[in-house]
Amino acid sequence: MSTPPLDRALDGVRLHVVTGKGGVGKTTVAAALALALARQGKRVLLAEVEGRQGISQTFDVPPLGIEEVRLVSHAGGGEVWGISVDAKAALLEYLQMFYKLGRAGGALERMGVIDFATTIAPGVRDVLLIGKVYEAVGRTTGTRRHKGPRTWDAVVLDAPPTGRITRFLNVNVQVADLARMGPIHSQAESITRMLRHPQSVVHVVTLLEEMPVQETVDAIGELSDAGFGLGTVVVNQVREPLVDEALLEIAAAEPERVAARVRDDLTGVGVRAAARTVNGLLREAHDHAERVELERSLTDEVASQRLPTLRLPVLTGGVEDGGIAALADQLVEQGVR
Amino acid sequence: MATPPLAPEPLDLDALLADPATGIIVCCGSGGVGKTTTAAALGLRAAESGRRVVVLTIDPARRLAQSLGLTELDNTPRPVAGVGDEVGGSLHAMMLDMKRTFDEVVEAHSTPEKAAQILANPFYQSVSSSFAGTQEYMAMEKLGQLRAQAEREGTWNLIVVDTPPSRSALDFLDAPKRLGSFLDGRFIRLLTAPARAGGRAYLKVFSVGATIAAVTVSRVLGGQLLADVQTFVSALDTMFGGFRERADVTYALLKEPATAFVVVAAPERDALREAAYFVDRLESEGMPLAGVVVNRVQTLAAPALSGSRAAAAAEQLEDGADTAAADDLAGLTPALLRLHADLAEVATRHEGHVRRFVAGHREVPLSTVPASATDIHDLEGLRTVSAALATG
Repeated sequence: MSTPPLDRALDGVRLHVVTGKGGVGKTTVAAALALALARQGKRVLLAEVEGRQGISQTFDVPPLGIEEVRLVSHAGGGEVWGISVDAKAALLEYLQMFYKLGRAGGALERMGVIDFATTIAPGVRDVLLIGKVYEAVGRTTGTRRHKGPRTWDAVVLDAPPTGRITRFLNVNVQVADLARMGPIHSQAESITRMLRHPQSVVHVVTLLEEMPVQETVDAIGELSDAGFGLGTVVVNQVREPLVDEALLEIAAAEPERVAARVRDDLTGVGVRAAARTVNGLLREAHDHAERVELERSLTDEVASQRLPTLRLPVLTGGVEDGGIAALADQLVEQGVR
Repeated sequence: MATPPLAPEPLDLDALLADPATGIIVCCGSGGVGKTTTAAALGLRAAESGRRVVVLTIDPARRLAQSLGLTELDNTPRPVAGVGDEVGGSLHAMMLDMKRTFDEVVEAHSTPEKAAQILANPFYQSVSSSFAGTQEYMAMEKLGQLRAQAEREGTWNLIVVDTPPSRSALDFLDAPKRLGSFLDGRFIRLLTAPARAGGRAYLKVFSVGATIAAVTVSRVLGGQLLADVQTFVSALDTMFGGFRERADVTYALLKEPATAFVVVAAPERDALREAAYFVDRLESEGMPLAGVVVNRVQTLAAPALSGSRAAAAAEQLEDGADTAAADDLAGLTPALLRLHADLAEVATRHEGHVRRFVAGHREVPLSTVPASATDIHDLEGLRTVSAALATG
């Protein structure tokens, strides 16, 4: 089996679920992906579900609430909107929509029912959170009768980390024992249908470090066993090797000849070539070679997953100062449509 | 403007580990900063200086776990062979099994029939394996158990605890309270009211609201779900006292002078901001802070050469490349200089983040651990880390 090409993996996708181990830059990648799609004229909703306010921090805007807010608009008509989905608000909205509760909603809140429903059964909370995303994916601009075009060309979900993602998406399994019937049950069924449809894919973000790669491999296995479609593996914070490999090999094999050369070169340009500096530079090269070697074996491990891989460079200046835009450029360049 | 001097109070971890009064070390910090590695390195160093140590890890990297001889998650401390033998020390390590720990709590606090009833309830299944905070709560519970065992059997005289990979470092302190207050929640009380003394009157007062609430919940979630919850909550009800009491005991344990908190961070803005919150929080809770460990700090093997000088020299060499020898070493020195300039930039950034932290927390002892080229997954690697911790 060979790795499918990127355009096939992303063809017709409307829901991009972005996961990854904590600390790998999941939110940054989700934001860059949303921006890359907007560059191509799409109207994109970027949603977070853990109340971390990662999106507002990334775009440097005031904290997001449960209302969709426009974050970016492009001359070509593309837009990125953001939302921070909250389980309690989703439950109240849901009750309002289906039961016309009016003031009873407030009573429920005061009674602690909302707290209760959203905390005792994490499965129920997840149904509510993804339910909001489900609604956004399916929403159209028209009326009930004349549906009209879709409100969002794509929805990007900054999802929970790899350790929890399969459970999070597997809502119908989660609530199967808890709610065997009733609206939550049928909502979970509809959500599951959407998530298993080819229009939804999960992207896994990783770094070229041991633990994130391990979790990526585990998550890919779990997600595909559970029947979810996988999109890409995004290798984040890639550093291009700075020293040619052949040179690193010579440096390891003939340290004395190499040290002499470095000393001469440094002296030639007026840098004080103390033994400590020369040896230090060689030591740094040695460590770099080890790192490159480790990253290579991890790259092979990622490649063995047979998913299209996207590579994003490390942002030395952080995500501020147009960092996200630079990453979005990279994604477009690598063929994200 | 002159830069404030970077002069943190050094964190003397060897003294902390050697002090027989130190009974518990809690490693905390935000996710991905190397808490588990720090906990394991501290445990190893203490054992090799003669202490009898048990390390409780929450979610170790697979190879780190293997290096400690942890091949399965079985909730039991296992000896790490050959550590500390010559000096009379020993090292045990274990991985927390959250669900099993919860099961044990249930079993310890109820009759066998009642325990079986709780364990089989679908809500228990859900809460015990995924309630936000259960892992933190169970880590505390396990700490309490290890401490009791240490006192009873004299097996250990130092417990090192890793904390769960929470979204925020503070979750760890708040989780037990959250679980407690949830079980104390108004609606939960209401559901179980008939089972309590005076429950009828209570129910009467709230009867209108209660009816709306119960009807709505059963409409939305399904009636059977409500019945399951009721069974679950009333089954747990008898255990409430025990739950709360244990959480309180463990919380008090954390305030004792025998406990030392080590806040772990990485030299990045977010991780250090989180560390700062945690340091302040520990202080306001009256919990004993030993100091802060900043992991993975970039250091330079050629510190005398500045990054900008290296970059300039690389450029000079590249400009003169035409006249230089075109042998197999062509391009080597400029490449090494560019690598050095790159590392120097990272090192400067790390130093800046640490400096800002120190400026706001001058009184907090701090130790830094240099970044290593590869990931750590054997005892030798842990020894290197622990040596750096002690001198850092």
